[in-house]
Amino acid sequence: MLSIRDLHVSFRGREGTVTPVDGVDLEVAGGEVLGIAGESGSGKSLTLKAILGLLPRGGFVSAGELRFSGDGGWPRPYDPAAVRGHGMSMVFQEPMTALNPTMRVGDLIGLGPRLHHGRSRAQARSEAVELMREVGIPAPERRARAWPHELSGGLRQRVMIATALSTRPRLLLCDEPTTALDVTVQRQILMLLRKLVAERGMSMVFVTHDLPVLGQFADRIAVMYAGRIVEVDGASRLFHRPSHPYTHALMHSAPVIDAVSDTLAGIGGRPPDPRAFPRGCRFADRCSHALPECGDAPYRLVAGDGVAASACIRSLELQGIR
Amino acid sequence: MSAAVTAEAGVRDGRKEDAALEVDGLTVRFAVDKSWLNRLRGRAAELTAVDSVSFAVSQGRSVGIVGESGCGKSTVAKALVGLVAPTSGTIRLAGRELRLRRSRQERRRIQMVFQDPGSSLNPSMTARQALSELLRVHGMVPGGSVDQRCEELLDLVELPARFLDVRPRRLSGGQRQRIGIARALALEPDVLIADESVAALDVSVQASVLNLLTDLRRKLNLTLLFISHDLAVIRHVSDEVLVMYLGGIVESGPAERVFDVPQHPYTKALLASAPRLKRDLTDLVPLIGEPPSPLDLPSGCRFAGRCPEAFDRCHAERPSLIDHAQGCAACWLVGRG
Repeated sequence: MLSIRDLHVSFRGREGTVTPVDGVDLEVAGGEVLGIAGESGSGKSLTLKAILGLLPRGGFVSAGELRFSGDGGWPRPYDPAAVRGHGMSMVFQEPMTALNPTMRVGDLIGLGPRLHHGRSRAQARSEAVELMREVGIPAPERRARAWPHELSGGLRQRVMIATALSTRPRLLLCDEPTTALDVTVQRQILMLLRKLVAERGMSMVFVTHDLPVLGQFADRIAVMYAGRIVEVDGASRLFHRPSHPYTHALMHSAPVIDAVSDTLAGIGGRPPDPRAFPRGCRFADRCSHALPECGDAPYRLVAGDGVAASACIRSLELQGIR
Repeated sequence: MSAAVTAEAGVRDGRKEDAALEVDGLTVRFAVDKSWLNRLRGRAAELTAVDSVSFAVSQGRSVGIVGESGCGKSTVAKALVGLVAPTSGTIRLAGRELRLRRSRQERRRIQMVFQDPGSSLNPSMTARQALSELLRVHGMVPGGSVDQRCEELLDLVELPARFLDVRPRRLSGGQRQRIGIARALALEPDVLIADESVAALDVSVQASVLNLLTDLRRKLNLTLLFISHDLAVIRHVSDEVLVMYLGGIVESGPAERVFDVPQHPYTKALLASAPRLKRDLTDLVPLIGEPPSPLDLPSGCRFAGRCPEAFDRCHAERPSLIDHAQGCAACWLVGRG
């Protein structure tokens, strides 16, 4: 349904052009939930924003091809600015800043149908109430007249999801939609998103820094590091048998809730600066399995069995490290 | 048990002596409606951020305070360092009461590491300037050895001495947080409070800062108060855990007990909600709704409205902390099997 080939996102600055997203390939099938995991600066959010043409000022797609099919046909190249509201919608991280504070939430949710589907004010209002009910907002008729600031964080995020759904997208893009929420509310929102994807037969791309969140419901996970995808695999296989050392290190950095460990593994060093990405494997200087040839290894995502692919030249011998 | 977090009942049975930090009945209320007209009419709205919280920590132990936003965990921290005025209750350190107005000597003893080192460090000051100002003002070392002490402090937080002359914006998040820790340690405190100190960091960096805090606590025999919404982080660093909900402690006890055999339904729900790597999202929703507004608290148990096990008494009467085997929980179900 969505196909991204060799996507490059660049920024022109005083110090020349930097390319924080540097050759990303992604496929999303109909009905699939694809998770993109990575730490800050990995390019995961920029990749998502490029799909919808929402890159921040100065950013542009410098190379690559985006294809999308809104009707189940063969994916065709599209205009990212024109696809918003026509087959794709986005759910943002911080609902307080992403929702227009000067509109009642019912009008906000009804805006999409009015602009894109030519609904009247009254029709849009009743559609909004219906959507609010679908995303689990109690007393939707009353809440439709509320302002965003009058709602709790969880309800605001539900309003944003309703807004995203109002144009009946086939693909929902989620940029850290639960990061700002408390765990009990986070879980409610994750369950809601999973239910909506299943009921509406949508596809979803879900970007987060939080691997355990993805483990809960993504079908496939792509791990990004320094502007590139380093590993893709089915969610449960990725967690049980990571083939890229970065995925493995990321999984073992965070403390786990069900066990006590004395010291945490962590990852030494820091990610490379996008202004000066190193040659070869970009993780090599932090990697405990690096060989001299990693410094010259060209970037290539090599397919393994099934949907698996890894950019590590030692992926076969390292699969299921430790 | 070498003592530690105890409910009021626990404090009374003689463990009080060895406690380094004791908090007794700490309550913090904020006036929400500040208009003078309403205040004259005696109608000023008040928000109870912390509601009679009591605990004790002995020297060198670590206590984790966990809870969702608005539960009052950060307000407890601010009251401890003297950044907000307690409405009632006492804070004692080694038996001496600490009031809001503290002498320089008293202020030095409880220090805090903040959440976001990007905004809590002065952007125009290098680490050397920030640290030496502190060392001089508090007279921590003789004037001649300030530079040497700065280098020792950076060494303590595992940063090379060249970072002394770098301004915060040139540093990564993890490096900045290390400077924040060095700043807190410069005053040689007895108690270090870390308020969401790793929340803003990436997991790979978070791990190294957590390891550092654990090492420093052992090395310097610090009492560590670690405040976080992240259950896994709390479990990793804490000997004892306090779970807070809407201003009050709902459960406390040794970390392994609270995590392995939680007693309070809220703790159970919190643990069930936490995302885990190798577990699928089950259809069971552990908790519905969101916490009620602290401006309009229910009269009975504050958790009753969301509690799957609530019964009549919960809505009528608020439970206080009830002791059970190695811990306590504020729930009427505790001890009923």
